[in-house]
Amino acid sequence: MVTQGVSLLTYYFDLALRSCRRSKALTALVVLLMGCGVATCMVTFAVFRATAADPIPWKSNQLFVPQIDSFGPAHNYKGEPPGMLSYTDAVALSHARQARRQVLIYASKWTVLPGDAQHLPSSQEGDAVSHDFFAMFDAPFRYGGGWSAGDDDQRAAVVVISSTLNQQLFGGADSVGREINLDTHAYRIVGVLDDWNPSPRYFDVASAWYPFSHPRQLYLPFSRAIDLQKAAAGNFYCSTNTVDPDLPNWDSVLRSNCAWIAAWVELPTRADVARYRDWLHNYAAEQQRLGRFAWPPNVRLSDVGQWLQLMNVVPKASALSMIVSLSFLLICLVNVVGLMLARFMRRAPEIGVRRALGASRGSIYLQFLTEAAAIGLAGGVLGLLLTALGMAGIGHVFAPEIARLAMLNASLLLLTVALAVATTLIAALYPTWRAAQVQPAWQLKSNG
Amino acid sequence: MQIRPILAALRRHKMATLLIVLQIALTLAVVSNALFIVKTRVVHLSRPSGTDEAHLFVINNQWIGQSDTPHIDAQMRTDLATLRSLPGVRDAFASQAYPLEEGGGGLVRIKHRVERTTKAQLGLSYFADEHAIDTFGTALVAGRNFRADEIGSLGPYDKVVPVVIIITRDLANKLFPDGAAVGQRVYLNDASPSTIIGVVDRLQGSYAGSSTRSIDEDTVLVPARYASTGDGAAFAGGVVYLVRTQPGQLEAVLRSAPAALVAQNRMRLISPENGVVTLAQARTKAYATDRGVAIMMGAVCVLLLLATAGGIVGLSSFWVSQRRRSIGVRRALGATRGDILRYFQTENALIVGIGVVLGVALGIAANLSLMTHYELPRMPLWVLGVGALLLWLLGQLAVFGPARRAAAVPPVEATRSV
Repeated sequence: MVTQGVSLLTYYFDLALRSCRRSKALTALVVLLMGCGVATCMVTFAVFRATAADPIPWKSNQLFVPQIDSFGPAHNYKGEPPGMLSYTDAVALSHARQARRQVLIYASKWTVLPGDAQHLPSSQEGDAVSHDFFAMFDAPFRYGGGWSAGDDDQRAAVVVISSTLNQQLFGGADSVGREINLDTHAYRIVGVLDDWNPSPRYFDVASAWYPFSHPRQLYLPFSRAIDLQKAAAGNFYCSTNTVDPDLPNWDSVLRSNCAWIAAWVELPTRADVARYRDWLHNYAAEQQRLGRFAWPPNVRLSDVGQWLQLMNVVPKASALSMIVSLSFLLICLVNVVGLMLARFMRRAPEIGVRRALGASRGSIYLQFLTEAAAIGLAGGVLGLLLTALGMAGIGHVFAPEIARLAMLNASLLLLTVALAVATTLIAALYPTWRAAQVQPAWQLKSNG
Repeated sequence: MQIRPILAALRRHKMATLLIVLQIALTLAVVSNALFIVKTRVVHLSRPSGTDEAHLFVINNQWIGQSDTPHIDAQMRTDLATLRSLPGVRDAFASQAYPLEEGGGGLVRIKHRVERTTKAQLGLSYFADEHAIDTFGTALVAGRNFRADEIGSLGPYDKVVPVVIIITRDLANKLFPDGAAVGQRVYLNDASPSTIIGVVDRLQGSYAGSSTRSIDEDTVLVPARYASTGDGAAFAGGVVYLVRTQPGQLEAVLRSAPAALVAQNRMRLISPENGVVTLAQARTKAYATDRGVAIMMGAVCVLLLLATAGGIVGLSSFWVSQRRRSIGVRRALGATRGDILRYFQTENALIVGIGVVLGVALGIAANLSLMTHYELPRMPLWVLGVGALLLWLLGQLAVFGPARRAAAVPPVEATRSV
């Protein structure tokens, strides 16, 4: 049975080849359409996949961003609380310790002064973070580790540097325990990170923006940066519709309701999440009772996926091109249905003869679907070539930091061929059904 | 004339007809929206900045270990004197941002009166001095330039309260639609009043993105040197020196200017990667996405039209081959070649016509949904008209080949059995 099935399939495949040879132009057109449609989809999908990826899949439903409305209904954006916290709320949240871990983050820029005269000073982007940061986001260390809660309390002059900066400054050697000079102050290196750059870089996207570029080179204690009056090298806003209030000195910045600190909490279970939501609500209610907020609690708690969506991380160009290329594939498919119909119906006499000689409807189905699959496969192979070509030209369409992310890997190759075969088969369903309806007697009687 | 027999024939090929109609409709919907996106992007990226871009560059300068305003201000004066005296430099000034930077500039709210209830006009500001207009390369169209004694010195915690300002013509027209702006007083950010002393022709703000598109040419020049120490509420990133060179001197000055600054004082940081940026480079970078989207949409449009044309050729050829006998009969009964040719052309025009009607509805629906999700403006109907005309022409062109083959069918075909 099996060998018979295989030989039948080979026979159908042979028939398909013969028919392709007979109507070269039509076959070429279908293959070309499928190739173009699939390749366009795959190239845009590669970009979309990279930008819409879950940066921490094993933990993304346990990490949450708390939002507390410190602007009030008159100054927030369409009723939504700001994406970051004020210093007051951030510190309160951090001290409350209601979550398994809590982290405060703000983006900052530091000048690295070399010890010798040969090297030039350089400006490095970093994040001021509290000590739970490394454990919460599973940052891998090459040497050393993070700092302790005690270091946070003592505002210690410690720093964790990226592998890139370690390479630049120390040639990649274990630099734990050595000192570097940042903004004319000495810092002790306690850890060197492994190559680590989550994409999108979700944890500081609210503060630093640039989810796909500007990798962080250093991490310092949040409390130390605040002590040094280190300004946020990122988003800082006090209202979405009025001018920032007077902030004549650092203390007034800290006391203000301006939003500039990104906060994260780790909540392992659903019960934790529910409990935290309540706590957040109660905190805002307490602030209202104290007279700090003149509005009822307006709080949010979003996990990583929701947060990235809220921050509009996926570039508009990427989403838009995905829509356009899907429409393109759809139109190609409609086209292919028509062409397949023409192809199959042109062979109505042949079908009539085969049916008259005893071929069942089922075998007609099998024959024509085999033919469609073969054409789909050819379209897929062409699609592969065009996808590879498209990936090479991707830099002309997307910004370099986005284009860099899109990769042509095995899964994409497989998906290209699978999509081509599957869509061609779907497109061939109706034409095949029509072919199977051909009456043997009628075709023999009339001229065909 | 031939509509009835065409309709009768089409009724026998319902599915194939429906497929072409559907394809025409989808193509029109996608192509018109894509062309419209291309048009908005091209308009966006071809806007002039109002500056002498070919001879303008900026130096992003960060201070190291300097934290008091008077000290930095003095350094900025020295730097500006150094830059202006360099051979090949036409003029230079210090600001916090530059055109096409995609950020950096200050957002200001401008009001006629100080009352809370008055609606404010938004604008984008540059810190400037008496050399700014000449450095930008824009022209004063009314009033006068700043005087050297009007340039203030600002620290990170200071509020911007200029006594005099210069604004662009675009902003002047918005603020004072029926009169001269020069001499008028306005309130910046609810502070004390500022007098408009001059109006410049055209000058783009520092944001090139889509969110500030409506105010990109509403620029305010604030007479001040801003000494950013890296403290304060938000980090302003040191100082930006804008330098305009003499014709043909750009390349030389790009190298000599940062070197001269470092030679004057080493305690500064001019990044080797992005410390020195020409306006031409800034333009390429700022509009990279716009250009990319336009290329992508344009390519998809071309492919789509080709695919549709291919589909029409394919299906028409099929129909012609199926109807060879009836064509032969018609020819035998006295129809001319022209009649047969016209038959297929009319049939195609009819099908495309139905597709276009459906496509216009689909196109408008697609535009409406894009408007809500991607901040696209409303598509004017003429875009759909152009798309429809394009498809109709394409259809006629695509069907011409098969139709000519149909017309070539000899009358004797009527008597053949296969």
